[in-house]
Amino acid sequence: MASSGKSSSAATSKKGTAMAGANDAAKAASEDGSTTAAKPAIRIAGVTKRYRRVAQSHKFLTLKSAFVGGNLFKLLNPNEVFTALDGVDLEIQPGETFGLIGANGAGKSTLMKLVAGTTKPTEGSVAVNGKISALIELGAGFHPEISGRENVYINGIMLGLSREEIEARFDDIVAFAELEEFIDAPVKNYSSGMYMRLGFSVAIHVDPDILVIDEVLAVGDEAFVHKCLDKIGEFKRRGKTILLVTHGVDTVRRLCDRAAWVDRGKVKALGDPMRVVDRYLNWVGEQEESELARVEKQRVASAGEVAGTDAHIEIAEEAPETGEEAPYEPGRWGNQAARIEGVRFLDEASQAGHVFATGDEMTIEIAWSAAAEVNDFVFGLGLFNANGVSCYGTNTDLERFKGDALKGEGKALIHVPSLDLVGGTYYLDVAVHSRDGRPYDYHRGLYSFRVHSRYGDVGVARLGHSWEFTGGVRWKQLGGIESERDPDLARGDDA
Amino acid sequence: MWHSLSRLLQHRLLIRTLVQRELTARYRGSVLGFLWTFIHPLMLLGVYTFVFTYVMPARAEGLSPYPLYLFCGLLPWTWFGSSLPEAANSLLMGGNLIKKIIFPAEVLPVVSVVHNGVNFILGLPIYAVFWVWFRPESISIHLLWLPLVILVQALFTLGLGFFLAAVTVHYRDVKDLLANLLTLWFFGSPVIYSYTFLAETDPEGIAARLLELNPMTHIIEAYHTSMFTGEMLHWRRFGVTAIVAVLTFVVGYYFFDRLRDSFVEEV
Repeated sequence: MASSGKSSSAATSKKGTAMAGANDAAKAASEDGSTTAAKPAIRIAGVTKRYRRVAQSHKFLTLKSAFVGGNLFKLLNPNEVFTALDGVDLEIQPGETFGLIGANGAGKSTLMKLVAGTTKPTEGSVAVNGKISALIELGAGFHPEISGRENVYINGIMLGLSREEIEARFDDIVAFAELEEFIDAPVKNYSSGMYMRLGFSVAIHVDPDILVIDEVLAVGDEAFVHKCLDKIGEFKRRGKTILLVTHGVDTVRRLCDRAAWVDRGKVKALGDPMRVVDRYLNWVGEQEESELARVEKQRVASAGEVAGTDAHIEIAEEAPETGEEAPYEPGRWGNQAARIEGVRFLDEASQAGHVFATGDEMTIEIAWSAAAEVNDFVFGLGLFNANGVSCYGTNTDLERFKGDALKGEGKALIHVPSLDLVGGTYYLDVAVHSRDGRPYDYHRGLYSFRVHSRYGDVGVARLGHSWEFTGGVRWKQLGGIESERDPDLARGDDA
Repeated sequence: MWHSLSRLLQHRLLIRTLVQRELTARYRGSVLGFLWTFIHPLMLLGVYTFVFTYVMPARAEGLSPYPLYLFCGLLPWTWFGSSLPEAANSLLMGGNLIKKIIFPAEVLPVVSVVHNGVNFILGLPIYAVFWVWFRPESISIHLLWLPLVILVQALFTLGLGFFLAAVTVHYRDVKDLLANLLTLWFFGSPVIYSYTFLAETDPEGIAARLLELNPMTHIIEAYHTSMFTGEMLHWRRFGVTAIVAVLTFVVGYYFFDRLRDSFVEEV
């Protein structure tokens, strides 16, 4: 299987050994009756992987009992078990580009290590059908003291090539890595980019049937990433199987035929990459929602303790304005003649939340109270992005409201019909103050929400816009918010 | 286990390449380069020669010239004594390889033992020059035993190397323990003194009895007979030692094989 079609016996035995673990698994799989015509390239059946942790104190005991009791294998009895994968079934067909997404610690990398054969499943079986090359860590095994040339040979042999095969591909490897001038310099003098390029180049020139890529595209400069993507595209065209593990949902959407979302060791969604990515992003939104809510609660609580003290006098002079140069520290101050009791972000269904998408409807609800009547008052708000840059700010005074009386309690609602912000986290300043800027209650950066954008557009805010073209322009696929809202339009490519 | 042992043979190319890398990379950028390998044994040679010739002259007959005798035992001991700590550490040092790529872990301790073995072999011609110069009369047919002696030592060292490598992954204490143990072991092996002399003068003494239990005693003695005195091996002792060496190798590898799956997680 792995080495079929190779005539050199040295080469075959070499490859056979590098693959031996996977081959065994493949044999085992075919024995339990899966001798169908189209064999999957990767077959993961009921795989559970548990990691065992042996605590240090426990270790000492086991070491002692290992020597006293003489049972050396029992010594590794776990006293803590972590289940990284829990009954995962996946089949990846030959020629398929398969994306694996999920949060950190979801089990993606474990799954990939199982496929690559660096670890074995606790339960279940992993069958790999074909020669595999894993781009898990580029340049793993490079020795810093020796030259790039020698490292290419050693690395190639580690990845299962024979000396002759490396010789034949050597020039391509060096050319792809763009290291012609430096190939005889010791690797320790390479920049990290050069190191990585060489690692990638060796791994990809192993010419595998199955290529496993873990997040390696995240590093490297733009030009090299493009080159790698081209190479991956070439693999795809040649009908090779690719397993891509990544956080980059865009990469999955762009490259993959199918995708799976893994969370806490289980496959949560499987199938069309668009749908899988959507479900994943929804889940990410929910996670962020609860996280933002938790942090906000904390912030408001700790700011509330400071409020009402005399500290407001000095702070008030500092900068109720935006104070661009000052570090953006959350806080609360004011004399409490009027109070802000809370702020909520409401969506179009008036549900409070913290995660919104570009273009969503949003209402900022400010709950206020005033024990005694206040006659000179202004409601204001300021919106800051994560860098502390003011994106927008306004108040009732600027917009020509003239305050007359404020007493009891109530709400101030600011309606935003379309949240035209780019993706990111935003912080809100809200305040009630007098017309000359004396704060009654100033909440700085206590409230935050997150905006998701389906586009990587940048800037301080998103200008409402649409594209229009004249002349000989034809698009394979239409983009923009309009088509996003009408999926049929976007997917009707080649039209 | 036999299956994976046979795989070890198939990794020849990998082992050879890594040994070459060790040999070339280690002393790259140093002026004396590979000669450094001999500085330490030569220093020991000087010190012991001084001590046992001038400070407290050795009473044993037949060890002359003493520096040559010392050299004869010190060479194989250096191989043994530097292989074990390296082998014990090999899985930790090569952690990246086992973790990140499909890599046969057993190759790493083998590389440690083999590359130190290459240094040993390279030291033999230097020894031969002195031998021919100072004791030409003791060169005999028994020199032909040398390859067998080397093989037995290799198996014994490999077995211990596998065992130590696997254990060190779980108990890092082994490294420190081993450094101390090897010092003891050195003095418990007939490198700076003569076992034959001890065994003949006081065969029932506690020293002779303890030394007899040490496989390295008989391995070093075998070097002495084939390369220094030019006598026949002590068959019985060496035969038992050879069996012990094979058993050590098999048990060490078995142990390594059993713990193999834990390496990736613990390294």
